[in-house]
Amino acid sequence: MSMGKPLPHDAAPLHVTGQARYIDDLSFPANALHLAFGLSTVAHGEITGLDLSAVRAAPGVVAVLSAEDLPEMPDCSPSAHDEPLLAVGTVHYVGQPVFLVVADSHLAARKAARLGKVSYRELPALLTVDDALAANSRFEQGPVVWAKGDASRAISSAPRVVEGSFEVGGQEHFYLEGQVAACLPQEGGDMVVHSSTQHPTEVQHKVAHALHLPMSSVRVEVRRMGGGFGGKESQGNALAIACAVAARLTGRPTRMRYDRDDDMVITGKRHDLRILYRAGVDDEGRILGLEFTHLFRCGWSQDLSLPVADRAMLHSDNCYHLAHVRIESHRLKTNTCSATAYRGFGGPQGMVGIERVMDHVAFVVGREPLEVRKSNFYRAMQAADASGGDISAKMKGQGSSKGGEVDLTSRGAAAPVGSHALPPDGRVQTTPYHMPVEDFIGHELVAELERSSDYRARKAEIARWNAGSPVLKRGIALTPVKFGISFTLTWLNQAGALVHVYQDGSIALNHGGTEMGQGLFQKVAQVTASVFGVDTAMVKITATDTGKVPNTSATAASSGSDLNGMAAKAAAETIRGRLAEFIAEKHQVEPSAVRFVDGTVRVAGEVYDWARVVAWAYQARVSLSSTGYYATPKIIWDRVKGTGRPFFYFAYGAAVTEVVIDRLTGENRILRADLLHDTGTSLNPALDIGQVEGAYVQGAGWLTTEELVWDGKGRLATHAPSTYKIPACSDRPDVFNVALWGKPNREDAVGKSKAVGEPPFMLGISALYALSDAVAACGDGSVYPALDAPATAERVLMAVRRVEGRV
Amino acid sequence: MSIAFLLNGTPVRIEGEAPTRTLLDWLRDVRGLTGTKEGCNEGDCGACTVMVTDASGSKALNACILFLAQLHGKAVRTVEGVSGPQGEMHPVQAAMVAHHGSQCGFCTPGFVVSMAVAHLNGARDHDDQLAGNLCRCTGYAPIVRAAEAAAGEAVPEWMIADREALAGFAAGEAGVFRPADSDALAEWYLANPDGVLVAGATDVGLWVTKQLRELAPVAFLGGVEDLKGIEVQAGQLHVGACVTISALRDAVAERLPSFGELLRRYASVQVRNAATIGGNIANGSPIGDGPPALIALGATLHLRRGDEMRVMPLEDFFLEYRKQDRRSGEFVAGVSFPEFAPALRCYKISKRFDQDISAVCGCFNVTVEGGLVTSARIAFGGMAGVPKRAALAEAALVGKAWTEALVEAAAEAMAGDFSPLSDMRASAGYRMLTAQNLLRRYFQDLNGVPVSVLEVSA
Repeated sequence: MSMGKPLPHDAAPLHVTGQARYIDDLSFPANALHLAFGLSTVAHGEITGLDLSAVRAAPGVVAVLSAEDLPEMPDCSPSAHDEPLLAVGTVHYVGQPVFLVVADSHLAARKAARLGKVSYRELPALLTVDDALAANSRFEQGPVVWAKGDASRAISSAPRVVEGSFEVGGQEHFYLEGQVAACLPQEGGDMVVHSSTQHPTEVQHKVAHALHLPMSSVRVEVRRMGGGFGGKESQGNALAIACAVAARLTGRPTRMRYDRDDDMVITGKRHDLRILYRAGVDDEGRILGLEFTHLFRCGWSQDLSLPVADRAMLHSDNCYHLAHVRIESHRLKTNTCSATAYRGFGGPQGMVGIERVMDHVAFVVGREPLEVRKSNFYRAMQAADASGGDISAKMKGQGSSKGGEVDLTSRGAAAPVGSHALPPDGRVQTTPYHMPVEDFIGHELVAELERSSDYRARKAEIARWNAGSPVLKRGIALTPVKFGISFTLTWLNQAGALVHVYQDGSIALNHGGTEMGQGLFQKVAQVTASVFGVDTAMVKITATDTGKVPNTSATAASSGSDLNGMAAKAAAETIRGRLAEFIAEKHQVEPSAVRFVDGTVRVAGEVYDWARVVAWAYQARVSLSSTGYYATPKIIWDRVKGTGRPFFYFAYGAAVTEVVIDRLTGENRILRADLLHDTGTSLNPALDIGQVEGAYVQGAGWLTTEELVWDGKGRLATHAPSTYKIPACSDRPDVFNVALWGKPNREDAVGKSKAVGEPPFMLGISALYALSDAVAACGDGSVYPALDAPATAERVLMAVRRVEGRV
Repeated sequence: MSIAFLLNGTPVRIEGEAPTRTLLDWLRDVRGLTGTKEGCNEGDCGACTVMVTDASGSKALNACILFLAQLHGKAVRTVEGVSGPQGEMHPVQAAMVAHHGSQCGFCTPGFVVSMAVAHLNGARDHDDQLAGNLCRCTGYAPIVRAAEAAAGEAVPEWMIADREALAGFAAGEAGVFRPADSDALAEWYLANPDGVLVAGATDVGLWVTKQLRELAPVAFLGGVEDLKGIEVQAGQLHVGACVTISALRDAVAERLPSFGELLRRYASVQVRNAATIGGNIANGSPIGDGPPALIALGATLHLRRGDEMRVMPLEDFFLEYRKQDRRSGEFVAGVSFPEFAPALRCYKISKRFDQDISAVCGCFNVTVEGGLVTSARIAFGGMAGVPKRAALAEAALVGKAWTEALVEAAAEAMAGDFSPLSDMRASAGYRMLTAQNLLRRYFQDLNGVPVSVLEVSA
């Protein structure tokens, strides 16, 4: 059985030898042209003059395009049609593309792009959430508010109130392969697009729209990305559209890649935000009522900000039952790059907020933070009445979205609105959005991690060590994760696959998911091979291609293997069914008596080689090709009301992080991390552990060294790896223990596995609260550290000064 | 230009290219060797790492900021050449597959080359060897597991072949100005005072790849053998300007361990293998890590213009932001400093420990005799427009009893020494407070109190 084996990434031998091809490695015809954008240098301004004569005259330049050359400006937005390819009249952030250079080399295009002379009448720029709030500059009419119970009354009658304000920084994706696309014009005006995108169908849709072509005339191919992390869900649109427009204009192939600095300035990042919280608690730290206000800095265009901010609200409970809760979410429009999808898609922002509340509450009531966390946990699964159930059956009468120009396969699309009965908060407790939590395993999982990490003994040892260490202080924290799996735009939870079996027995697999390093292709190949009972090596993995599998959803929301694995399984089962029927008939047995194992087909005591059966079937005129389709069951969601079952299931995890800080400089580092993560029955434990380890380091990076700094003019000061610091090799924990929980998913997901792309990112949150613990050890227990993120050395030192009473 | 080098064992001659075309561009665009990747185009991510071998050995270098002219007479091995002639996997490649060291795979060729060079050189300090390679997917743990697993495997013969092949390789004339000694350099620079001196190109490389500047005329200093020496004379280390940071680190690691530790954190292996101490000084950056340590050591700078030599205390060289006491046609020839300084401590504060530019770099060298401070040299990077001594703090210390109270007084005095800036690395307030606290740390450190988070383990 191929499924469940810890096989290496399918492309690993190609990666390590330099043979794996990325878009910029492909051979293009020698007449291919290269593109570069000229960028806005002001955050907000009216373009009063555009002198591109020097650009046009620069060596190697073939064409230069600006708004006046494109009377119908193509749109790059995945949602609100508010992202012109090139600025029209007004620029909205520093780095917005203003003109497009088409030249005979990458360097010539870059050089020419520097020569544009753009004059502006500068307009007031809204750079911060405070600026935007004051100007009431926002997406949607006003804040989105979801509530359960009566938070205000619960807080006012609570024995204690804990409140605060928490700044959470954004995050640059820093995919190692920057944004890149290429277009090859075809006969009859058709276009073939190579794009480093997590969402080929979105690129297809946007290019088709820009060229006034039906989607069937545009084919998008993605073999692999050099990292995505959400940064290639919508941010690649501009390059693909630019290439398509220039290819149509010139009739020549076109290529475009951003230089790293341009990439960091132009493209969106994880949303930063401010979180205001007010919790009413009892003396044990149990939350009686809680209010959150999220102030999201969304940037200049809507992009995917609405569902990102929704998902933050959806994760404001994390593992904690909140009987009375109110969440108010502001999606603020600013003159900065448009914040976008990033691993977790708002979930990390919501979760880091409730963990801040837990940390703060524990400090105030003087209890061990883990005890406070556990006493707020959802009720254990086995204690819950699991029949509380299928909310989707109770939700009927969904409205349908508008047709026409709607970007149906984008997470930025408008969601349906419906009404339904809410389940009561009974034995099965419900989330703030009224979804019963039927699968909560936090109690058992955390207990196991507490034991395996030796949390209690280490906590005591750290306290002793700190007492004898005047300058350096250690800290430790355990934080849990509960992450909802499914796109919250319900219709995106579908996938297609295409499987061919050739007459020699070899198998070709195609599906709608894209490979960005997560090992999706290998996992789906393992699922497919398992259906046929053959070795995974028999399955040829092929590039994602909108000409093979249409209407794909983004490879996002951790959904890749859940959706595409099921679709591929369905396709393979169709073919296997035909083979079984054919061979069963020959042996006069029921098809169900045919078994496909170890590269053989076994029937009626005979053992046939797989390839032989396939050849026979071909000769008997049995179809050896099939599509497969999957739609996730049970889910239903009303995002306006904030009610429903948006998630098929939850993925869980927990992490213990130990850190050390220097109270004189704030320097800090992670000493040890113990992770325990729920992958259900893993499709491939090696790939899953890779996801968990990598996600933890990336999550810890978000909250420690990765600081985005804009200056007072809205210019990003940290636009290169020299100034923006993702974790380096030595930043990983010295001691790094990673284990999978491994119990089967109670829902019928592929192979009883669970999605793993995003959930472990939030294990990194434990690093922030370990730092908070270490900072607290510098004081007398009277002042809460209130450590903002990212907890750079500077922020840690300022928090130390607070608890020392120096500021 | 006409230069020649070995590429994956085969001689190549390049005619007619701009001498400042980068190796990375040439490999990818001309040779079609696309295994070497562009991640950042500024030497900070390591995706373009190649192995370069010359008489001094085999080194990892960043191809994105390596000019073709710098390669004359050397041997270059890319990821394609790390595999054997029949396509055999190198042990580090096999280990990377077996230990799941690649995910998206884009950084992987660079890691593989760094690992193969470390493997060849017998280096086992994997975290340091890989500090210049960024990976966004794996969290590094599986990569280090792979490096550890491959460490005991034999070095494949093709990895050693470059050294032998170079012995019989005649590159001929370079067709660019590439002086063989400092006399030739001095003469040329006098005649071309507006010329650009390219030593390691770790900074000048970015003038080309990021500022898109055309450089001319250019002198490539890779062959100036008489500026590559490190000599000990009368208790002083005399270090030639073209000594790389890697070589300097080796020279001071045992003599001046705190300086050696600072240099361990100076950029990355790839950058230290290219960057020179002369370039680090002459560049005049207020945030270079070499000058504060050297000033604290009381280093003497050696300048040369034509046949004329000039010496000065290093701190006097730095006049104001990006302005040095260097005359037209004059170049940094070397630096000399005491071989030992037991009280020297160098503290680098940055957002990330490895491969980061200092927010504050504080170097302290206080001599205490009979309980009294007899001399104090305290120098900072990141606190002013130049690397600068904390004169008021030093004055507050000298002649007084070395006590915590004195250190407090000196820390207060230091507030008058600097008016630092706020930027993306740190705020002015943090810089000032940290500079003062580093003096407090120094006192604790000399008293044997643990002060480094890098020395704590779980």
